[in-house]
Amino acid sequence: MRFYELTALQLLDLYKKREAKPSEVIESIFERIYEDDRGLKCYLTLTPERALADAKILDLKLKNSDEFGVLFGIPTAVKDLISTRGIRTTCASKILENYVPVFDATVVKKLVESDFLMVGKTNMDEFAMGSSNENSAYGPVKNPWDITRVPGGSSGGSAAAVAAGHATVALGSDTGGSIRQPASFCGIVGLKPTYGFVSRYGLVAFASSLDQIGPMTRTVEDCALLLSVISGHDLLDSTSIKRESVDYLGSLRRDVKGIKVGVPKELSGEGIDGQVLAVFRAALARMEKIGVKVEETSLPNIKYALPAYYLIAPAEASSNLARYDGVKYGFRDDGASGIREMYRRTRAKGFGREVKRRIMLGTYALSAGYYDAYYGQAQKVRTLIIKDFSDAFSRYDLLVSPTSPSTAFKLGEKVDDPLNMYLSDICTIPVNLAGLPAISLPCGQSDGLPVGFQIIGPHFSEERILNAAYALERELGLNWTVK
Amino acid sequence: MNYEPVIGLEIHVELLTRTKMFCGCPTMFGAEPNTLVCPVCLALPGTLPVINRSAVEFALIVGLALNCNVGGFTQFHRKNYFYPDLPKGYQISQYDYPLARKGYLDLEGDSSRRIGITRVHLEEDTAKLLHPGDTGRITEAEYSLVDFNRAGIPLMEIVSEPDIHSTEDARLFMVSLRDLLRYLGVSDCNLEEGSMRCDANISIRKKGESAFGVKTEIKNINSFKYLQQGLEYEIKRQIGALDHGDKLVQETRHFDSRTGRTSSLRSKEYAHDYRYFPEPDLVPMNIREEYIQELKSRISELPQQRIVRYQRDYGLSKDQAELLTSNPALCKFFEESSAICTDYRSVYNWIFSEVSAFLNEKSILIDESKITPRNLAELITLINQGKISGKIAKEIATEIFKSGESPVDIIESRGLTQISDESDIKQIIDEVISENPKAAQDFRSGKTSALAFLVGQVMKKSRGRANPDIVNSMLQQSLKEQ
Amino acid sequence: MISDKEIQYIANLAELYLSEDEKKRMSAELSQILEHVEKIKELDIRDVKPTSHAVETENVFRDDEPIKPLDREEIISNAPLIEADSFKVPPII
Repeated sequence: MRFYELTALQLLDLYKKREAKPSEVIESIFERIYEDDRGLKCYLTLTPERALADAKILDLKLKNSDEFGVLFGIPTAVKDLISTRGIRTTCASKILENYVPVFDATVVKKLVESDFLMVGKTNMDEFAMGSSNENSAYGPVKNPWDITRVPGGSSGGSAAAVAAGHATVALGSDTGGSIRQPASFCGIVGLKPTYGFVSRYGLVAFASSLDQIGPMTRTVEDCALLLSVISGHDLLDSTSIKRESVDYLGSLRRDVKGIKVGVPKELSGEGIDGQVLAVFRAALARMEKIGVKVEETSLPNIKYALPAYYLIAPAEASSNLARYDGVKYGFRDDGASGIREMYRRTRAKGFGREVKRRIMLGTYALSAGYYDAYYGQAQKVRTLIIKDFSDAFSRYDLLVSPTSPSTAFKLGEKVDDPLNMYLSDICTIPVNLAGLPAISLPCGQSDGLPVGFQIIGPHFSEERILNAAYALERELGLNWTVK
Repeated sequence: MNYEPVIGLEIHVELLTRTKMFCGCPTMFGAEPNTLVCPVCLALPGTLPVINRSAVEFALIVGLALNCNVGGFTQFHRKNYFYPDLPKGYQISQYDYPLARKGYLDLEGDSSRRIGITRVHLEEDTAKLLHPGDTGRITEAEYSLVDFNRAGIPLMEIVSEPDIHSTEDARLFMVSLRDLLRYLGVSDCNLEEGSMRCDANISIRKKGESAFGVKTEIKNINSFKYLQQGLEYEIKRQIGALDHGDKLVQETRHFDSRTGRTSSLRSKEYAHDYRYFPEPDLVPMNIREEYIQELKSRISELPQQRIVRYQRDYGLSKDQAELLTSNPALCKFFEESSAICTDYRSVYNWIFSEVSAFLNEKSILIDESKITPRNLAELITLINQGKISGKIAKEIATEIFKSGESPVDIIESRGLTQISDESDIKQIIDEVISENPKAAQDFRSGKTSALAFLVGQVMKKSRGRANPDIVNSMLQQSLKEQ
Repeated sequence: MISDKEIQYIANLAELYLSEDEKKRMSAELSQILEHVEKIKELDIRDVKPTSHAVETENVFRDDEPIKPLDREEIISNAPLIEADSFKVPPII
């Protein structure tokens, strides 16, 4: 059986019925990876020995007991931005080429406790900076729908792996859309949780006030399952929030009749590709069919979100990446005669172009004389964006938009045009600035390429978002298979 | 001289918390290099800080003790710069919302000698750098070694207003601050060991002027003596420059204790663009009024107040009160003992003679010994009641201190009670006189020294228990009668 | 809009070595991005409070209880250069 084509819930069902064994399933995944000759490069590091060894233990568990972890025997890909003890974690950068963490990220600890199987560490844009996975120091990832196109970024490897059957589920991270946009480009489901809902301990920091880890899966159900495992308060993360636990899977099937949904006109008009818009509106009509009330609304300050983000995120990143100095770990340039020279050569050689660009931009935005006009001003814009959303949520339960202004663009198309590349995030970025949860799920195709539908909710409304997404997923009945 | 020095001090103090500022690594002193390090203080990718509650509490207590505004919104900022002793490439510190602001310290309790405190804030300490080479100085080393044990230890920074106008006041300020911090138990404030560090800012101006002159910052001051020396040198240097018509430059200077002079440090070109922004990995703090009240009650009496109280309620002299106050554990002992035995002077004297000698010999603190306030009180009371002689008391003191047994028990078991009954003493006196006829005769013929001999004999026969005063007067009487 | 001198100053602050070509390219790219980003200057938001944390929490602390530190082997396991159990760096002049 082609286990790599099944969803997590389908696999769990087979396990329960004893119709499959974890070792068979994981072998199926690795076979799929080795036999796939398209050169997708979803992974930077594969962990077959560990996965097989763990699977054998799970086989025994299956035989002898009825107690399974929530993700029992589910082949999971972990973005290489997340620390895994004993397993190389490169962040797709040369500066961490041989860095091996001595601790697990909190989410990884939770995965281990839930009996998951780790397939490997996925390729990504270097230090999560990018929207196409072309900024990896180890080569780009290809979109399994069309290998001349990008999978999206920065969690391109995770998205492509799930779409191509190189993993059943995956973890990605999202700072300005890095889970949702690749999910949209690869035709899968991706959720960015509320800021603080999933622990960031062990997530290599890009922009601390925006980063979140989230699930990337083939179905909304799998998404709910994975979210229930990785979320929760963590004493090691001061920004993590205490919340009562919710049964996300259980509440998926609730009736959505009467839910009020707003469509911000700024995210569904000018700047969005015409065909993408058409597919999006068709999906909206289906939502109305199942009883959801749809209405146009406005987020008046949204046009300032992208500029604010491209000041805040690089500023925080410029500070977060200062630790890569060749002193304690990672790459060090040996030829330097003094410490400053060592810093400069190490960082020049270790970081890629996009990373350097953002470090420069961020340093500038924080520097003396510029702080107030740039970083300071951007933080105020952030307040406006938060208020726009909060006003909208006083009238609507959820807000929707296309996830991305376009479908997957060609490899190399935007690589030399950073500003143009940044513009592909206009629908996703505002969500991070406000710390809100949002999901992207496939809603159709445009010229044979998947289109993503974004659902945004107020803080801690993952239950409602998943509920609406599930209803739409069922109504649309797309049922795409592995690409 | 018609110039006046204007001095402000910036003091960094390592706090006596059990763990570091933002992680749970222990804060032991003198461990092997790189053994008290965790992923957080090593700045491994993906790690995050979490604020140490005790450190915040210590800083708030200090802020309150320095009469600062404390309470409400306060937060940490990142101070960004590159240096090998700074693992994250930024230091988590505080910028425009420190834990405490706008307080003061009155020198010697005198409000006319008030030194303003600009702020008290928290930050994390850097790693230790070693510069191997003949001199250990950074400019001559071929490489450096980094030990991260110290990285992340909680540091409290106290900044004074430029209200200090003499080098002696600067020294006094530092000493008072040190005593206060030790009293509060927040730091051991050891300048030589580096748990207290001081940088001084000094400028000079003509007396009577209110504008500030060009200031220099002096670094590398690690004793009170060097503080004064460094400041005195700077004053001379600056006055010399101004008199000569030279322009002074705002700069940082390094104090060299071997020469007693300061020299210009090569400036770090972009050292001061720290690009402060609020620390996104930490959430802000809101210090509530109830909490402040609770902290205030814990530090209800400060050293100056205690010194006054000791003089007033116990009749101690100012020097005695100051000496006692500088040792909080002895204060507690003194007060408890004095509650039982009201001869405060004697309690004080015993503490600072026999008790201290005993503790020093055993190298222990009073809390670690078996000496109880009650036992000391009993001992003194027994002496004052004439039940034992002062001499015997001193003899058995050591035993009481060692064993913790009550003096009454020891005296009874060894039969050491002072004999004051006159008929008992008369008996011994009669015996001694009959045994020493020559000495008795010598006394009667005018040799007063013979009396001392005979008193000695009576004491010997009574094994020291006879009350010496009574012996003395009775002996004289008996001799005269016979 | 960003001068060459500023580019060099920023590169120094960020401890990045940039070649002459890189500096030129960086200058052009950053100027282009800044032009777009400067849009936020249009807003008169003097009285708006800045947000540093989108989800409001306060007073998160840790008890002053020691944990077991890492083993020294773990601490130095990724070190580029070690001597005498310490991290060795080139001279700090």
